[in-house]
Amino acid sequence: MNILYFLIGCSIVVALIFLAAFFWSIRSGQHDDMHTPAIRILFDDDKPDQTE
Amino acid sequence: MAVTTSIAASCYHCGTACENDQYILDDKAFCCAGCRSVYQILAENNLCNYYHYNDTPGQVRNEKQQRFDYLDEPSIVSKLIDFTDQDITVITFYIPAIHCSSCIWLLEHLHKLNCAVLHSRIDFLKKEVNITFKHSQLSLKQLVELLSAVGYEPLISQQDVVKEKKHSVNHSLIKRIALAGFCMGNVMLFTFPEYLGLSSFERQFQSLFGWLNLIFSIPVVFYSARDFFTSAWASLKNKMINLDTPLALIIAVLFLRTAFEVITKTGPGFADTLTGLVFLLLMGRWVRQRTYHHLSFERDYRSYFPVGVTLLKEGNEKPAAIDNINIGDRMLIHNNEIVPADSILMKGEGWFDFSFVTGESAPVQKVLGEIVYAGGRQLGEAVEMEVVKPVSQSYLTRLWNNETFNTTESKIKNFNDSIARYFTYAVFVISFGSALFWVLQGDNAKAWGAFTAVIIVACPCVIALSTPFTLSSVLSIFDKNRFYLKNTDVVEQLARIDTLVFDKTGTITSPQAAALSFSGHLTQFQKELIASLARNSVHPLSREIIKWLQVDTFYSVSDYREIAGKGVSGIIKGHSLVMGNAAFAAGGSEENADSSTVHVSINDEFLGYFKIRQQWRSGIKEMISNLSAKFSFHLISGDKETDRGSLKTIFPHGTPLNFKQSPQEKLEYVQRLQEDNRKVMMLGDGLNDAGALKQSDLGVAVTDNVNNFSPGCDAILDGTSMPVIPRFISLAKFGMRTIKKSFGIALVYNMAGIYFAVQGTLSPLTAAVLMPMSTITIITFTSISTHYFAKKNKLK
Repeated sequence: MNILYFLIGCSIVVALIFLAAFFWSIRSGQHDDMHTPAIRILFDDDKPDQTE
Repeated sequence: MAVTTSIAASCYHCGTACENDQYILDDKAFCCAGCRSVYQILAENNLCNYYHYNDTPGQVRNEKQQRFDYLDEPSIVSKLIDFTDQDITVITFYIPAIHCSSCIWLLEHLHKLNCAVLHSRIDFLKKEVNITFKHSQLSLKQLVELLSAVGYEPLISQQDVVKEKKHSVNHSLIKRIALAGFCMGNVMLFTFPEYLGLSSFERQFQSLFGWLNLIFSIPVVFYSARDFFTSAWASLKNKMINLDTPLALIIAVLFLRTAFEVITKTGPGFADTLTGLVFLLLMGRWVRQRTYHHLSFERDYRSYFPVGVTLLKEGNEKPAAIDNINIGDRMLIHNNEIVPADSILMKGEGWFDFSFVTGESAPVQKVLGEIVYAGGRQLGEAVEMEVVKPVSQSYLTRLWNNETFNTTESKIKNFNDSIARYFTYAVFVISFGSALFWVLQGDNAKAWGAFTAVIIVACPCVIALSTPFTLSSVLSIFDKNRFYLKNTDVVEQLARIDTLVFDKTGTITSPQAAALSFSGHLTQFQKELIASLARNSVHPLSREIIKWLQVDTFYSVSDYREIAGKGVSGIIKGHSLVMGNAAFAAGGSEENADSSTVHVSINDEFLGYFKIRQQWRSGIKEMISNLSAKFSFHLISGDKETDRGSLKTIFPHGTPLNFKQSPQEKLEYVQRLQEDNRKVMMLGDGLNDAGALKQSDLGVAVTDNVNNFSPGCDAILDGTSMPVIPRFISLAKFGMRTIKKSFGIALVYNMAGIYFAVQGTLSPLTAAVLMPMSTITIITFTSISTHYFAKKNKLK
């Protein structure tokens, strides 16, 4: 059952990667504005030449 | 698009009802030239999608055109911008008009309006837009003028709301919570086999799991829980004990005992309790730090005053930063600009709106040579004024030099910290007592076990958690009822209030409901005559009168004369009309000091007068009589005594009514009440109340639009929620009672824990079960009972 030592190590490494990703996302400001992106995604793309 | 009558009736841009069909473009009706010009700009630049995301997304365009000349002054510009280099400049504006998805769409397509704008991004909740532009092609002034032209005028003030908010964002707490939660999760995984009992096969992992648990607790203690240690240390240095002192002690003991057990291989340690405790405590802190992005509680006169002003130097106009104004400087104040310093009116006709200072909405006329206090907004033509006092020493701004504004300590010692002292003593007595008992019995190992176990199990985490969770659920109920508190401590202050002090104008009177009334009777023809005459005058009262008369027919006026400070006269269709103050229009028959009356006579026959009457906010009377049994009231108004009679009918008999109070006197009045051991709640709205709001135990700014300016305060109350105040107070009191009850529940759990702990038989399993059990019970109890109470009291 020595494989368990390896698996525990793996699980900790994976968890640490996720923690690091969360820290990075805070630092890069992804959580600063939780509202606007939800509205922004609903805008249509601009048509290249809209007729007036 | 086909024009139906319903569309023609309301403005395509802002949705206001169109008074006439004067402004039409592309078959679309507009209420005013301002709205039409915005549409025109957008149509020319192919940005009509703006109107597709929402119907009538615009805001009414007031005619007031701000001047942004001061934005050409490099010293002012450098204070405002975030970043600049050779090519680009980055700036963040606060734009109060942002309110819908169309706003986001338009402001993020600014580059279509002007290609010098490279990038713009909105933060909707904060109403901020961050713009990157090439300053070689577009100056800051031009950018602001562009934003104004499409109806999104940024609010630029000396107290930079945008920059101050940036510092308040607390990333570090979230990081601490994340780390504590991460470690807690992992520790739980490794401790779980221990809960179920280890088989002989699993025992080979026991020491590994122990070491991993210890490693995971290190960052939790030294990074996540750091604040508890620093705060405990600071309070011990001041010879005080706050709630963080026992918490820090417990965290330290848990960590030391875990390390001891793991290293000596005597047990699994308490790493699960430790990490769980820190995680929950930090969650409690996070709940406490609720922030309202759209509100600011820290504003002072600087956020209301302009950034720059036009100075006249040797006949030339020159913009200058407001800090550089000196005594003797000649200022040019345009229409709708604010007088930044006490000064003397030198040239022009001064009509000043002091509504931000006094709450009084009717403009005041000043004659040449008269002193105008800082904070007035000029209405009408541009005037020249000479500065007599620098900005920081003016009548109004002097208030902020008062020491009240320089103290930051919390006003009332909160329940938590006062209970923490007794709690800590009790824990020490029990833990040392049980340790002593076991030492005397000669069992040193049990003494150490019992000592640490008592400290662990007696954890005041329930108090530390029940307070923020109860108060924040109270806060969220207040929030739904449009009563916004600065933080959870304010709820505690609200629960202790026994005296209410009111400002009059704008607080118990409603500025919007100021009703115009006419003393006599007017025929339709007379109405038309009056409206025709009033149309020629720029006086604000004339505009109110025209609005009130609601006539569609206007006649031409001959022999029109306007005498400043008196009134207007003219001949219309052969009838001679005179309108103005009593002496001018009513032949001086009655002396009426009230400036808010307009007397009318036609063909020398006196018809009556228009009067602007302040209206009390609805429900005020019921609210006062509701509270009068338990609270005492005071009124401090900056106005004249004209309303004393009607105020007496609102307040209970014997309520002190004080008039003509200066901002400084208001502050001192509150101070005197506090010296009599009264807990004062001050309700005010204007800058003149700012001192009293700050001095009081609970300063509430009453406003009709929470996005508008409100002076620095502890809470912001929407004017329509005034009648609900008694229920707010009883909910706050209920919240405090709930906390005390939950403290009782926690004591029961602690007693049970201590029963095992003093015997030295506390297993990690018992600790691990007891702590979350009590926490979950308490949080459920407090939030359910608070919401139940709110519902019973018909709060939303």
